[in-house]
Amino acid sequence: MIIQALAFYLFAAVTSAAAFLVITVRNPVHSVLFLILTFFNAAGLFILLGAEFLAMILVIVYVGAVAVLFLFVVMMLDIDFVELRQGFLNYLPMGGAIGFVLALELVLVLGANSAIAIPAGMATSPTPPMADVTNTEALGRILYTDYVYLFQTAGLVLLVAMIGAIVLTLRTREGVKRQNISQQVARTPALGMELKDVKPGQGL
Amino acid sequence: MEIGLSHYLTLAAILLAIGVLGIFVNRKNIIIILMSVELILLSVNINLVAFSSFLHDLSGQVFAMLVLTVAAGEAAIGLAILVVYFRNRGSIAVEDINLMKG
Repeated sequence: MIIQALAFYLFAAVTSAAAFLVITVRNPVHSVLFLILTFFNAAGLFILLGAEFLAMILVIVYVGAVAVLFLFVVMMLDIDFVELRQGFLNYLPMGGAIGFVLALELVLVLGANSAIAIPAGMATSPTPPMADVTNTEALGRILYTDYVYLFQTAGLVLLVAMIGAIVLTLRTREGVKRQNISQQVARTPALGMELKDVKPGQGL
Repeated sequence: MEIGLSHYLTLAAILLAIGVLGIFVNRKNIIIILMSVELILLSVNINLVAFSSFLHDLSGQVFAMLVLTVAAGEAAIGLAILVVYFRNRGSIAVEDINLMKG
């Protein structure tokens, strides 16, 4: 139990510190890397909570896809980041005050009320005992039965996001030579050759 | 010392406040704003998984997965819009984006 508590405090401390560095660090590449650190430690917290599948999904989806996407965009766009940081200190007092008040309210409301015991038997899909069924299997059993419409909707959301991203970024540039296979196949000797009658002593 | 639900909720509240603070502080850098939105969604996920674990109800984890899906789609679309905007204007200054109004 003491090891669990220590692990929680370690993961929680690194998560909050890395999240704070994400928004304060000067170089955006570093803030993407701190975002990755935040996600790794959140995955550790998920494992502590017994949600192994979500922890792995978090690592794969966030670290493997989203963070790398951010990294690509940050590195490929030629942006003057020093200019973008102007006004950081101007906004800090107001933003800090609002953030502090928000955190305080949430901690007071959620932290105090969570001590109330929730009666057993209220769960819509109770977790089966860990000894019988692993977390992944239990999740799969309800995801493909009770929540199949939500699952399909999630697939649709991803499909729309993919099509949207492709439509937004695809462009046909002028002056780029491309292979046109049907044009190549339709080409005949008559189209490709021209016979010239060159007179002696003269050029064309 | 027992780690209870309130510990996780407190951590999620801190993460959410950091995300909101990030949006306020980095008003000019839209990439950091998008990262702050990711932090906010992560805090929501921590809340969902913590409640799911402490109430012995798996549906919270299903919803956390849906939040993950939406976050991935949102990042992809947001960055695609950003790339198109940068291609057209050569900068990503947030103040200039209101030029796109009709």
